[in-house]
Amino acid sequence: MSIRIYVPRDSAALAVGADEVAAAIVAEGARAGHDIELVRNGSRGLFWLEPMVEVLTDAGRVAYGPVEVEDVAGLFAASFQTGGAHALKQGLTDDIPYLRKQERLTFARMGLTDPLSLADYQAHDGYAGLRRALQLPAAAVVQEVLDAGLRGRGGAAFPAGIKWKTVAALEASQKYVVCNADEGDSGTYSDRMTMEGDPFMLIEGMTIAAMATGATEGYVYIRSEYPHAIATMTQAVILAGAAGFLGNDVLGSGRAFNLHIRKAAGSYVCGEETAMLESLEGKRGIVRAKPPIPAISGLFGKPSVINNVITFASVPIILTRGADFYRNYGVGRSRGTLPIQLAGNLKYGGLVEKAFGITLRELLYDFGGGSASGRPIKAVQVGGPLGAYVPESQWDIPLDYEAYAAVGAVVGHGGIVAHDDTADMAQLARYAMEFCAIESCGKCTPCRIGSTRGVEVIDSIVNGENRPQQVQLLRSLCDTMVNGSLCAMGGMTPFPVLSALDHYPQDFGITVPQLLTA
Amino acid sequence: MLSESVQTTLSQVLSSHKQLPGALLPILHGIQDAVGYIPSEGVDQIARELNLSRAEVHGVVTYYHHFRTEPAARHVVQICRAESCQSMGAEALWAHACLRLGSDGHGPSKDGAFTLEPVYCLGLCATSPAMTVDDKVHARVGTAKFDRLIAQTRAAS
Repeated sequence: MSIRIYVPRDSAALAVGADEVAAAIVAEGARAGHDIELVRNGSRGLFWLEPMVEVLTDAGRVAYGPVEVEDVAGLFAASFQTGGAHALKQGLTDDIPYLRKQERLTFARMGLTDPLSLADYQAHDGYAGLRRALQLPAAAVVQEVLDAGLRGRGGAAFPAGIKWKTVAALEASQKYVVCNADEGDSGTYSDRMTMEGDPFMLIEGMTIAAMATGATEGYVYIRSEYPHAIATMTQAVILAGAAGFLGNDVLGSGRAFNLHIRKAAGSYVCGEETAMLESLEGKRGIVRAKPPIPAISGLFGKPSVINNVITFASVPIILTRGADFYRNYGVGRSRGTLPIQLAGNLKYGGLVEKAFGITLRELLYDFGGGSASGRPIKAVQVGGPLGAYVPESQWDIPLDYEAYAAVGAVVGHGGIVAHDDTADMAQLARYAMEFCAIESCGKCTPCRIGSTRGVEVIDSIVNGENRPQQVQLLRSLCDTMVNGSLCAMGGMTPFPVLSALDHYPQDFGITVPQLLTA
Repeated sequence: MLSESVQTTLSQVLSSHKQLPGALLPILHGIQDAVGYIPSEGVDQIARELNLSRAEVHGVVTYYHHFRTEPAARHVVQICRAESCQSMGAEALWAHACLRLGSDGHGPSKDGAFTLEPVYCLGLCATSPAMTVDDKVHARVGTAKFDRLIAQTRAAS
């Protein structure tokens, strides 16, 4: 009987040697005369254990990790193929507390399946959502997404159903579904995991959006820094097309949906939806002024549904299980679950999908295990480079769009980057301005010029050159950027800057409290 | 003047991609993937075939960080300098890499074999610091691992 062994193909696993471990397992297995069936699954998202090798036993899947090439011979010697004891043994994968404590809805299949197996996908509830959507009137599909309370997971948290409803109501010769897969925020990787580990889920979500709104063409705009995601998505689109899930007659419905993969070119601001549209049209990724909103005049001037990867990926389960099932998770107006990404200086970094309402403290300690360095955690940036630094006094606020907004922070795309007490918050604030200067598209002045002035002013503050005036100048500059920028790039760069200044003034050399309000 | 092989590649990429809606980025990717950079002598032909001005094409090529207007060294090393990697010592790794390769982080290394560049997030943020050597990704990179990867790359070429 063959032994089924799983070695992830997620690029975070590849980056720590998964390919080499897989090759060693095949070679060592052959040498020992075992018949091995190797499956390259997605990652479970327990990245401190990667490469995490799983073995299918009578009791279920047993995990070993982190496995190095040098460990492979020892694993066979310990009969790991039947779940034998070994220092790296983590027990049954499903019983690992980090996984057991989660509420995996969108990521239910992640790491379980072979990402490019349509049979595997369908054996795990795949395409049940699309099949149900095809039996419903289009308006009922839109209503289901509205009732589920699904809000855009890319950062802006705009209700997805309202966008869909707007596009569905318009008459047009052509409509588009566009997926923003330009996941540029440091500390985020849930889009990448989805595209590499469960690509058909994204394709299914986009197809449902097309059926609901009357769009027949779709694009996935993937950042060039994600070559593995581009390769997997490209293959998945070909496989889905060959099996009748895409093309001119989706599942025999007589309705068309053709999907195209487009590679971005390293511009952070192209994660802003109108800049992304410009880029897809073959132009410089310059932000468009709104109105018109892209739902009405989007790609090539046509009505377009634009959502990010996780938003589309959350749609299949909403259609499969119903709006009520999904909206029963969460708090306030933040319904459902969020695939949260623990990153930076944490002992147990990884993907944690939980209902909205969990606190940062639970995430940092119950899941993250505290800092990787063993030093106290000083600051936590939530929501990417444009998100605020959240100090310890705010770690008990529930993760909820409105509760975070109330303290000047953002949930964003759910990325959480922890810094220990060696972090210099003035330097991180300076970096935020510098990053804005590098990535600004240049269309509006507050962002283009303000970011460079911001770097200079922070330098002056740190160097003690006329500090009180410079602090006042920085606040005034941030006010201009927040209120005068065309998009979130310039409009939110002040969030990390001001939160660093407000909560960690000592790092800027400010010791007199009244300077803060000067 | 473009070499004959580059000219052939350019014509092939243009003829197979120019019908695509919003064809310019796919064309530029096609050229860079094959040639390694976007030769400035090719801009004229791209513009002509897409019915754009040369300024428009040049503007797009130079807007995006990904596109090169000069060939890179034989090996390209990209080190992530974004927040998550910073929290795990990426700045020290960057300084070490600049010193080791004799590069200021923009041009080629002292021996001309490596191009060192910053990158802002590879999506490997739970295993920071991260970097790439050519098309391979590496994570949990300390200075010792960096030296080993560079030595392996040198030995392989």
